[in-house]
Order: sequence, then C-alpha cells, then structure tokens
Amino acid sequence: MEILFGKLTLADLPHEWFTIGGTIFMSLTVIGVAIMLTRFHLWKWLWKEWLTSVDPKKIGVMYIIVAVLMLFRGGLDAGMIWLQQSVAAGSAGYLTGQHFQEIFTAHGVIMVFFVASGLLFGLMNCVIPLQIGARDLASPLLNTLGFWLYVAGAILLNLFFVFGGQFAATGWLAIAPLSGIEYSPGVGVDYWIWSLQISGIGTTIGAINFVMTILKMRAPGMTLMRMPMFTWASLFSMILVLTVFPILAATIALLSLDRMFGMHFFTAAGGGNAMMYTNLIWMWGHPEVYILMIPCFGIYSEIVSTFSQKKLFGYTSGVISLLGVTALSVLVWLHHFFTMGAGANVNAFFGIMTMIIAIPTGAQFINWIFTMYKGKIKFSNPMLWFLGFVATFTIGGMTGVLLAIPPADFQLHNSLFLVAHFHTQVIGGVLFGLIAGYSYWFPKITGVVLNDRLGKYAFWFWFGGFWVSFGPLYILGLMGATRRLDTYPASTGWQGLFVVSLIGFVLLMIGTLFLIIQAAYSIWQKKKHKDSTGDPWGGRTLEWSIPSPAPFYNFAKISLVKGRDAFWEMKKEPREKVQYEDIHMPKNTASGIYIAACLFVVAFAMVWHMFLVAAIALVGAFVFLLRRSFDEEVEYKVSKEEVEKVEKSYGN
Amino acid sequence: MEISHEKQNDERVYMGFWIYLMTDLLMFAVLFAAFIVLRDSTHGNVGIKEIFNPAFVLVETLILLTSSFTIGVSHHFSESKKKARILIPLFLTILLGVAFIGMEFYEFAHLLNEGHSFTESAFLSAFFALVGFHGLHIIVGTLWLVILAFHISHYGIVRSNKRKLLLASTFWHFLDIVWIFIFTIVYLMGGII
Repeated sequence: MEILFGKLTLADLPHEWFTIGGTIFMSLTVIGVAIMLTRFHLWKWLWKEWLTSVDPKKIGVMYIIVAVLMLFRGGLDAGMIWLQQSVAAGSAGYLTGQHFQEIFTAHGVIMVFFVASGLLFGLMNCVIPLQIGARDLASPLLNTLGFWLYVAGAILLNLFFVFGGQFAATGWLAIAPLSGIEYSPGVGVDYWIWSLQISGIGTTIGAINFVMTILKMRAPGMTLMRMPMFTWASLFSMILVLTVFPILAATIALLSLDRMFGMHFFTAAGGGNAMMYTNLIWMWGHPEVYILMIPCFGIYSEIVSTFSQKKLFGYTSGVISLLGVTALSVLVWLHHFFTMGAGANVNAFFGIMTMIIAIPTGAQFINWIFTMYKGKIKFSNPMLWFLGFVATFTIGGMTGVLLAIPPADFQLHNSLFLVAHFHTQVIGGVLFGLIAGYSYWFPKITGVVLNDRLGKYAFWFWFGGFWVSFGPLYILGLMGATRRLDTYPASTGWQGLFVVSLIGFVLLMIGTLFLIIQAAYSIWQKKKHKDSTGDPWGGRTLEWSIPSPAPFYNFAKISLVKGRDAFWEMKKEPREKVQYEDIHMPKNTASGIYIAACLFVVAFAMVWHMFLVAAIALVGAFVFLLRRSFDEEVEYKVSKEEVEKVEKSYGN
Repeated sequence: MEISHEKQNDERVYMGFWIYLMTDLLMFAVLFAAFIVLRDSTHGNVGIKEIFNPAFVLVETLILLTSSFTIGVSHHFSESKKKARILIPLFLTILLGVAFIGMEFYEFAHLLNEGHSFTESAFLSAFFALVGFHGLHIIVGTLWLVILAFHISHYGIVRSNKRKLLLASTFWHFLDIVWIFIFTIVYLMGGII
C-alpha cells in the first residue's frame, strides 16, 4: 500500500467543515458541468473546438475563464481575511490561527500566480499575434502545453481540500525555515511547491514561445521600433520571466529536497542558510510583480493613444523606459528585507536602486499625459480604467518610494502600510490594466462591444471600493498594525478602521458583479452591442484592421507594415482589392493536455511521496512528448476559396 | 515556398531551444550560488578537500570532453549520405555518456558508504544537488541520444533527424561547459587552491 499511496491515508480525507464543504462544492460543480455537457451533447464540441485547440485566441479565452474562476476563489479568501479582522478585536474571531494563515497564504498565491498571470497570458494570447500580423504563435504545442500546465497547477492548488485538508500557512513565498519540514510537517507546503513548480514550467515555456513569436513572426515591414507598445512591453515581461522563473524553479526544488530527503539548504540545523532562501525567492519574487506590471504599462499606452485619438507621445523614450524598468527590476530584491541585517551599505545600494525605478516609470506617466494633451479624449470604459490607474498608481508609487528608504522601512516593514502599498500597485496598476485591456480588446475576440453604462458602474465601484478598503490599511499600518494579524487587542482601537475596510471589500464585490453582468448582458443583447466594423474605437494597430470576431486564421492576407501605427497608416490609403491565397494553419492537438495531465499526476504523487506513481507518470509524459515529436503532419491547408467564403460572411 | 517554410520552422525551434538552454543555465547558476555559499558549512563533517580525488575527476572530465568531440564528429557528418558516419560517433558518445554516469554513481555510492550522505551537512547537500543535477542532465541527454540513434538507423538521415541531431549536440556541448565549471568551482577551487 505504501508503495502505491505513499503518505496518503484515509485519515487525510476530508473531516473538517471547510474541507468537507469544499469537497462537496467542487464535486457538485464537476458533476453539474458533466451532466450539462452530456445533456446537450457538448463533450465532442468542447474537446474539439476548445480543449485541444491551438488557436491562441481560444487558448486566451480559456486562460481568462480559468483566471476568473480563480479570482472568485482568491476573492473569497480575501473576504474571509477581512471578516476575521473586523470581528477579531480582543477575541479569537471565527477562524483558528492556523486556518487564517492558510487562507492568507492561499489568497496571495492564487491572486499572483493564477489570477494576474492567467489574465495576462490570456490577453497576450488573444492580442499579440493580432498586433504583429501573425496567424499563430511560434509553437502551437508549447502554447497549449503551457496553458494546461497552468490549469494543472490551479487544480493541484485546490486539491488540498480533498486530500490532506491543509495548505501552507507560511505566507505566499513560504519563507524558510518556517517552510522546512521541522516547522511545517504537513503536506501544505508541498502542495504549494508542486503547484508552483508545474504552473511555473507552464509560464516559462509560454514565455519562450512569446519571445520567439515576437522576434520571429512579425509582419513584413514591422521593424522592432514599429512594434505596438503592448508587444514591446510583453516582450520585456517575457524576457523577465525567462530570467527569473528558473530561479524560482531551482529554489523551490532545493526547498523540496530539504523537505523530502532531509537535506540542509535552508534548515536551521546542519549548517543550512535560511537567509539564502529569502534572497533567492525574492530575486524571483520582486521581478514577478514587474512581469505582471510591465505589460499593463503597454496596455495603457495602447489605450491612451487610441482614446486620445493621437499617436503615442514619446514612443522611443517609452520603449527605453520600459527597458529601464525591466533591467532595474532584477536589482532591487533586497528591499523586501532591509531588516534582515545585510548592513548599511548594502541596504543603501538597494534603497537607491529602488528609488531610481521611479524615474523610468515617471517617464511613462509623462508620455501618457502628453499623449492626452490636446487630444480629443473619449471617456469610454478602457480610458476610465486608465485614468483610475493614473490616480491610484501615483499614490502607490509614492508610498513605494517611501518604503524604499531603509530607515523608514525599518518602521513600516511587515505592517499593513506595506500591504496597502502593494495592493495599490497590483490592483490599481495590474488589475485595472488587465480589466482595461479586457474591455478594450473584448470586441475583437467576441464581436461584441461591452455595455458602456454597466462598465462605468463597475469602474466607480472598483475605484471607490479600492480606496475605502485600502485607505484604512495605510492608516492602520502607521498605527502599528502588522500583516498576518488573525487577532488583536480591542484596546488598540483598530476595529473601526477594519470594519470600514470590510465595507470597501463589499463595494469591490459589487464592482465585480457589475463586470459579470456587463459581459453577460452585452453578449445576451448581441444585436445592440455588435461590433460590425472590426474597429469600434478608431484603433491604430493591426488588430483593428480585421473583422470582429477575428477569423480563426487572423489575417486573410498579411499586409506590409509601413509605419508605427500600422493600421492608422493603412486607413489613410485607398483600400486595395485583396487577392486571397492558401493558408497553412496548425492542426489541433491533444498532446498538450496529455503531457500536462501526466505532469499533474507527477506533482500530486510527489506531494504524497508516491514515488512509483510519479515515475510511471513521468515516463508517460515523456512518451507523449516523444510521440508528438515524431508527428510530421502538424499543419493543414485552408484553401483560398474557403478564406474568401469566411471573409464574405463578414460582408467584406 | 515549402522548403523556406520548413527552414523558418527549424530556425524557430533552434532559437527556442537556445532560450531553454539559457533558462537551464540559470537553474545551474542558483545551484552554483548555493554551493558557493554553503561550501564551508560542513557542520563537522567532511569538506571538499577530504572527498576530492583528482585523478578520478580528471578522468570524468576527459570522458566528457572526448564525448563532446565525438558528438561533434557525428554532427559534422549530418549532411553525408552514409548513416554509419553519423551513427558510429553517436554510439561512441552514448558509451562515453554511460561511462560518465557509471563513474558518478560510483563516486556517490562511495561517499554514501563512507557515511558522507547529503543529510550530513549543508555542504554535502549542495555538493550532491549540484553534481547530481548535472548528472541527471547527462542521463536525460544519453537517453535522448539513444532514441535519436534508433530513429536515424530506422528512418535514415531525414530533415527532422538532422534538426534533432543539431539540438542534441548543442545540449551535449552545453552540459560539457557546465561540467567545466563544476570541475573548476566545485573540485579544483575547493580541493587544490
């Protein structure tokens, strides 16, 4: 039995209220979906049209759907944290300390890895090929494999409800030696390790794919300095992924060697060096948030120039400042632990590097402001999110510069001030950017323009809700409240502010609800919201030159790019009659799913030390990879008659 | 048109593989950094001086260097019509790879038998992890070469096989270079200097 099941025993199956509840909820959802699919005979459609698809637009949509599901999970965690903190003045609250820390960890991990990353990769899949005039990504197989590894990681993360009943209680970076086997003997940290490990592999191969795509597959005439800003920003972000994700993979591999085989990299005993873990994990962890932020800068650049109806101000300086942000982001990791005692000189160096980042970031802001200057600004949804971002991010940036001063940081380290700071950046910067991008490109993927009024409601609830919920946290931080606080004495007088913060959370939930209603209503009232031109905003880049929703081959004919705003240039010239030609498209493949499924089994087996199962599954993954590598028939031809038929159906 | 399409594809694959190698190199970099930080944390157990056998490691190094040469010969003949010219040096490379793996297993087994397990000290953990990670790569590389040799002997010198041979030999040279750094930083810098 032990060979087969490792550490897993019957005692690890659900027996607490929240694990039983989670298990029942997840089983019911799966069964419900399965019944629906069977009832409407949709299995085959789902498998052929979606799950095995290599169309980046479809993979992008799937990314976004999974990320939104994970957003509910992460949002629920956030709600539980807020509720606990509003009621736990002088009492234990409704959660145990252990459970609170687990929720706290899960919230961070889910929001960064599975929500922000998922939304980002979704948008990039949908948009990048369209922006550079390509029909696909460089490697369709790597794309579907990367997506399914991301899904595998997300499933593994939620599986602790069913098997083991506990998650890491260590914070989102599992700082050692707390995450070592001595202080975290359960499987929670192992779930964290393996979930990040497989989704991290997915992110890395996704990044390889995007770098190849952007460098090798641009339309003729699109030189590097003619690339749209979102493409530039994504390129930098993906290079950053390739720079730091290997560090994450190696670091958590070392942590699991410590945990599984009794090694001594980060342990307190045996000569291990726990501070090395802190360094290594932040060498990845700090750039990670830039990986999410930089593409959003690109999104904002697209939006501000489109809705100001002007070309982007300072394109070249924008590219250079993005490069500067990218390069500096790998030189600042130590500012996360000024208090660890690296010495005054080291702290000074990293403090200064951190403050310098404000310069290229500020250059971006100046570019955006000058783009708006004397522009005919349209206050559509994407522009609103952009403006909300400018206001929010500027304040967040200033608190960041404050935190970058080591003496100030000694005071504010690990306080709610810090929590409020980085939420200002990741919500006001990353999430607003991703939502802005989502509402900007929604018509291109679905053929439906999102309802403007509902979007405005969503924006104002988010913008207001954000400040109601995080404003108090800044104040609480200055009053001395630390993070990871599951209970505090009533005499501190913090409870009122915590309750205000909880109200802010409710506003954020209402905002989210409006976003869902907006998507559902716009698709339901398709006729009213139809994007019949393919260019609803007066766009400037290539993705708006094709009809909406974009046909599966993207471009019937890939045209010569003559300038920076490629489509803007084209609009000035008379339209030529297009000569259609045969197109080669990649065939759908299930190899990605199979390989990811095998690696999922490997990861799950490693959590429970089922080494035999892990070995078999690894061989399985290898066999599927091999089988695919011998498959020579990976493309098919779309004849020019078919292309013409599709194009005619749009009325061209 | 068709050929240029394929050539374009080959170029992309090769570029992607290079990027992958660079990410792999960064993983090695973390292990190297960990080793350098922990090299003196012997916790009362042996250090590199006590376990370093210069002759043994030199033979390992020479085996790998020779194998880099043989796979280079194999790749050199990838445009030739005769399979044997590719397969014989490829086979030699596989043999040398197996010999290297054998020696490394012997080295590890010897250490474990002497009671110098990776659980004893941070230094030994870092040593086993770094050298073992490289060894794992050599095992994977050798398996890859075996499959490739089988495939070439079965289907001949077709385009996809040429591409795979180029990738495999790049991988092999890469491991060779990493080994030079292991030889220098792990063995020589600790054991002799």
